[in-house]
Amino acid sequence: MSERHDPHLSKHDQLLHDLHDNLEHVVPPKVYIAVGVVLLTLTGLTVAASYFEMGVFNPIVALFIAVVKATIVVLFFMHVKYSSKLTKLTVAGGVFTFLVLVGMTLADYFTRAWGRW
Amino acid sequence: MSDSTAIVNGAPAEAHAHPPYQRHHFESMGQQVDATSFAMWLFLLTEVMFFGGLFTAYLIYRNWYYPAFVAGSHQLSILWGTLNTAVLITSSFTMAMGVWCAETRRKGALVLCLTLTFLLGLVFLGIKTIEYGEKIEKHHVPGFHYSVQSFVNPQSDEAAKSYGDKPLPLDMARHTEVYFSLYFAMTGMHALHMIIGIAILAFMIVRARAGAYTTGHITFVENFGLYWHFVDIIWIFLFPLLYLISRHG
Repeated sequence: MSERHDPHLSKHDQLLHDLHDNLEHVVPPKVYIAVGVVLLTLTGLTVAASYFEMGVFNPIVALFIAVVKATIVVLFFMHVKYSSKLTKLTVAGGVFTFLVLVGMTLADYFTRAWGRW
Repeated sequence: MSDSTAIVNGAPAEAHAHPPYQRHHFESMGQQVDATSFAMWLFLLTEVMFFGGLFTAYLIYRNWYYPAFVAGSHQLSILWGTLNTAVLITSSFTMAMGVWCAETRRKGALVLCLTLTFLLGLVFLGIKTIEYGEKIEKHHVPGFHYSVQSFVNPQSDEAAKSYGDKPLPLDMARHTEVYFSLYFAMTGMHALHMIIGIAILAFMIVRARAGAYTTGHITFVENFGLYWHFVDIIWIFLFPLLYLISRHG
């Protein structure tokens, strides 16, 4: 923190300056622009893919693209790539719990009582 | 940095050596930022679980009443859905740029970014209103006035005819009401989140014009950004599930 002390800044300003530099990883606009372009491209791609008849692969391709888009949003727009380990663990723990809950529920429904609803 | 020694009448400014927006129960600004961002993520996880229930219900019913869900999905407009996805992603981009403007203390640009995000949010809701209007006209809103006309007699319906839909037996046609119930529940809850977000944006635009977020304290903008991007992610999944995956039933 102390290498870049500017004698013209008061101690208070210097503190704010240091805090700002140390707390926030400022993601540059060019990253946001690239992410925005990729997201719009993937949107076009998933719409185009829906026009092809691929049987069971239609939902797989569409959901795969959605997962890729969501991951990009979480990592860059939501800054998780640049965040603390606590944030990363929280997000990963949430995704894991979500998948367990949804996965187990679907596995239950899809494997019993066939034809009896 | 101890708070108890800091507030002394006539003491020089640097005696109170932490930023004015640091709450006194936090040891450092780093701790405060970590704590608030952690809390925001925990809130978003509860939201994930909430929408997760709706997504799970959708997947189970789609599996059960597959022909009804295919026919129901053919009633949605790919054009409006795609346009709305693009609008929402663009609004996420302008919001992300807003966070950058706050971080780099650009007041005018921040107000501009928040205003663009606000307007794009309204455009999204406007398009959603057009789509809901079509459902109301065709009696595709679940309830007493629900009509299975488009599904038992697809030749009478432009959208169903364009997909070459076969007539559904009446019992399966009635299950299209389940599709539209989930359609309105999911897009409606999403739209409610948008409305709340737009209201908070209006508040933030006023505060940003007064210079509230360009003095180094950007927690509110940062955490609202997380909320707005989360709402975007929900739509990223709603769009393929409702509009795209059932086109070739």
